[in-house]
Amino acid sequence: MMPELGKYADAVLSSYAVSIALIVVLVALSIRRSRKLKVELAAIEERVKHG
Amino acid sequence: MSIWEYANPVKFIRTTDRLMPYLAVGAVICLVSGLVWGFFFTPDDYRQGSTVKIIYLHVPAALMAINAWIMMLVASLVWIVRRHHVSALAARAAAPVGAVMTVIALATGAIWGQPMWGTWWVWDPRLTSFLILFLFYLGYIALWEAIEDDDTAADLTSILCLVGSVFAILSRYAVLFWNQGLHQGASLSLDKEEHVADVYSNPLYVSIAGFVLLFIALVFLRTQTEIRARRARALIARERLT
Amino acid sequence: MIALLTRDLRLAVRAGGGFGLGLAFFLIVTVLVPLGVGPETALLSKIAPGILWIGALLACLLSLDRIFALDFEDGSIDLLATAPLPMEGIVTVKALAHWLTTGLPLVLAAPALGVLLSLPQGGYFWVVVSLAVGTPALSVIGTFGAALTVGLKRGGLLMSLLVLPLYVPTLVFGAEVARRGGEGLTVQTPLLMLAGISFGAVALLPFASAAVLRINLR
Repeated sequence: MMPELGKYADAVLSSYAVSIALIVVLVALSIRRSRKLKVELAAIEERVKHG
Repeated sequence: MSIWEYANPVKFIRTTDRLMPYLAVGAVICLVSGLVWGFFFTPDDYRQGSTVKIIYLHVPAALMAINAWIMMLVASLVWIVRRHHVSALAARAAAPVGAVMTVIALATGAIWGQPMWGTWWVWDPRLTSFLILFLFYLGYIALWEAIEDDDTAADLTSILCLVGSVFAILSRYAVLFWNQGLHQGASLSLDKEEHVADVYSNPLYVSIAGFVLLFIALVFLRTQTEIRARRARALIARERLT
Repeated sequence: MIALLTRDLRLAVRAGGGFGLGLAFFLIVTVLVPLGVGPETALLSKIAPGILWIGALLACLLSLDRIFALDFEDGSIDLLATAPLPMEGIVTVKALAHWLTTGLPLVLAAPALGVLLSLPQGGYFWVVVSLAVGTPALSVIGTFGAALTVGLKRGGLLMSLLVLPLYVPTLVFGAEVARRGGEGLTVQTPLLMLAGISFGAVALLPFASAAVLRINLR
């Protein structure tokens, strides 16, 4: 399955690894912060309404 | 029906929520297919060997790094002229994404440059201007973080974005000039675009589409987050008053 | 306007105003560089124009937070804001005062420091010219940065981060003029570009600085 990357395998693989890792981290952080704020805001809205 | 209706945060959240699944799925499909196509099913270049596969990350990331700044510039202008909060928050949301794209472009460029040019880094005009662009992103993000009042921060950062854009363009030309001055006749041309054959360019387009969709989805998501954060701060402030 | 200028100048020259600090900093940078890179004359004379420019730029940067900080602390900036003088005028005068107290001394001191770095013979004139043309841009851009961060505590580091990227074009063209002058090449193009940046910055940036300052004083 792996294509023959020749002597540049390190370069190609590491650049894919670095980029994909960075994108995944960015997406994960964005989603986590989004979830956290949804929960927080819901809690605050609840408190304002009934508090 | 005009685009300004989306200046209403509630409406923005509702619409983007509806769009988000399509964007996310589209981004994943395009990214995966573009990268897989590029990684597994393209031949090696006769001169560059397998390193040509890096192009599917390097070029889209570089494109998005610049386009993200342009989008921030437009959003800042909209904020200054029409004072829609969503616009300012969208600019804020886009900045970290653009910064990460710049890092990806720089990192893949360095990794690519190592075997091709025999060095991780040369002070080539393009490389240098990307580094400078990254510094602009850092300053912009730092200014947002530093100011507590939302409206003040939005005003200041949007003016910084305008001034920064002018100076970024100036820097681009300054650097172009500077390098020609230093290495006359140096032939580290980065202009691969002209030589890219169809075998390489087709997966590249798919990959670029994936990066664009990913960027839009991320900006929508992060803008929603910023809107919620702002509302939470406003509610807490009101609570303290009563 | 003139009253404001003379007041700012007098405050800067007075003890604790930081008038000499920029110059002293410039001196230290130029002394440190040979200590860092070694005393070879050939190498030093090659990098001398760049070092002088970077030294001048850093000295400028260090003195920026004084532009508005003192006025902000004692509240006199609010008085200035309500004065009949337009904000753009205040900002311009502030930048001019900064240039007179920091930029101009740097320009005058540069040849003396050039001796320390064994600047090539033809380079003295062009180093002075390029600094004279370029430092006004440094002051005006710096005023913008200072206006952006005026209300912030510990804004100094942030201001450096904001201002330094904006200094890039000025530095590139300025150092290029000095370098080419030192090597006896033609300097016309970079000099014109440098002058263009300076004039453009002096003409346009005060509006941005004034807008920013108004926002910060809101």
